[in-house]
Amino acid sequence: MTVSTELELQSFVLLRLGERRFAISAKEIAELVAPSRVFRFPHRTPKLEGVILRRGRIVPVCDVSEMLLGKRLTSRRFYLIVVRNYEAHKEWVAIPVTGECELINAEMTAAVESDAPHVAGWLSHDGDVIEVLNIDTLTPGPERALAEAAGRQRPEAQS
Amino acid sequence: MRLAAPAKTTPARTEQIVLFRVSGQLFAISSASVQEVRSADSMSGAATEISAPGLRKVRHVLRRGDRSLFIVNGAMHFGLHAAEGAQLFVLRQTRTALLIDGIEKMTTMSRLQALPLSFCHEERQWYRGLTALDQTVVPVVHPEGFLSPEELALLDAALLQADKLASEDPEGTSCAQ
Repeated sequence: MTVSTELELQSFVLLRLGERRFAISAKEIAELVAPSRVFRFPHRTPKLEGVILRRGRIVPVCDVSEMLLGKRLTSRRFYLIVVRNYEAHKEWVAIPVTGECELINAEMTAAVESDAPHVAGWLSHDGDVIEVLNIDTLTPGPERALAEAAGRQRPEAQS
Repeated sequence: MRLAAPAKTTPARTEQIVLFRVSGQLFAISSASVQEVRSADSMSGAATEISAPGLRKVRHVLRRGDRSLFIVNGAMHFGLHAAEGAQLFVLRQTRTALLIDGIEKMTTMSRLQALPLSFCHEERQWYRGLTALDQTVVPVVHPEGFLSPEELALLDAALLQADKLASEDPEGTSCAQ
């Protein structure tokens, strides 16, 4: 019997945020668009800047740079529109990026427990080790709001 | 042979809305939800002060027979820069009178898009959804979203307390008046 050692290549989109590169599974990408007007209105969800209009759809804009780089982006070249999974359905979320995006095929090493929740895995490309992002934990949603609320209540419950 | 009936074209369902501004920000509300529009000045004599702990957005109440209408400062509700509201919307089937800068215009919306699930905090109570009008996006407010049941309970308690004080100290009340 021979053991197959075939690599499981998957497609990823490499994106640039400031000086760093990250990857997102190509299956989770809807499109890459030029920056357009962000419509802002009052809300209380951190990281959400507002919404853009894209082909009649209203798409929330979520700046993930603060979480990934520790600082906000001062410039942006594109919005990468990703597909965010919710329990019942999927929705588009626009993520501002600072440079060109690139489609690559690579093998992903799965994340381990000690990795941050936003890390889906790792891949090696051009001599760099690149984080593959987990969009569902990186962008806000009802499940995160519930977790945050539970976190806020816990110290009160203990006192 | 019977021919298939031509497909009926159902007209797009539209809804009449009022566009208004609070602290410069544009919002929309269904015109069916607005019972009255008053100038804030015209109400100043009729409103009495109220203070509920931790609820700074309501400072005045309007008494209408047995009914009390709480005047909600729209700017404070949405966390916008404080602005002197010039007009009041008395909202139908609620106990809210909303203080706003002014009305922009009346128009119709043909599509209300649900608020994206990424918006996952208080704004889900504030808005029915978003609508695209003239290449701009406007949040459509929920008339019931300005005062939660908990906030209404706080305000009712404050009102009861104020009434009790007034009945115990009628002289003080007359001085205030």
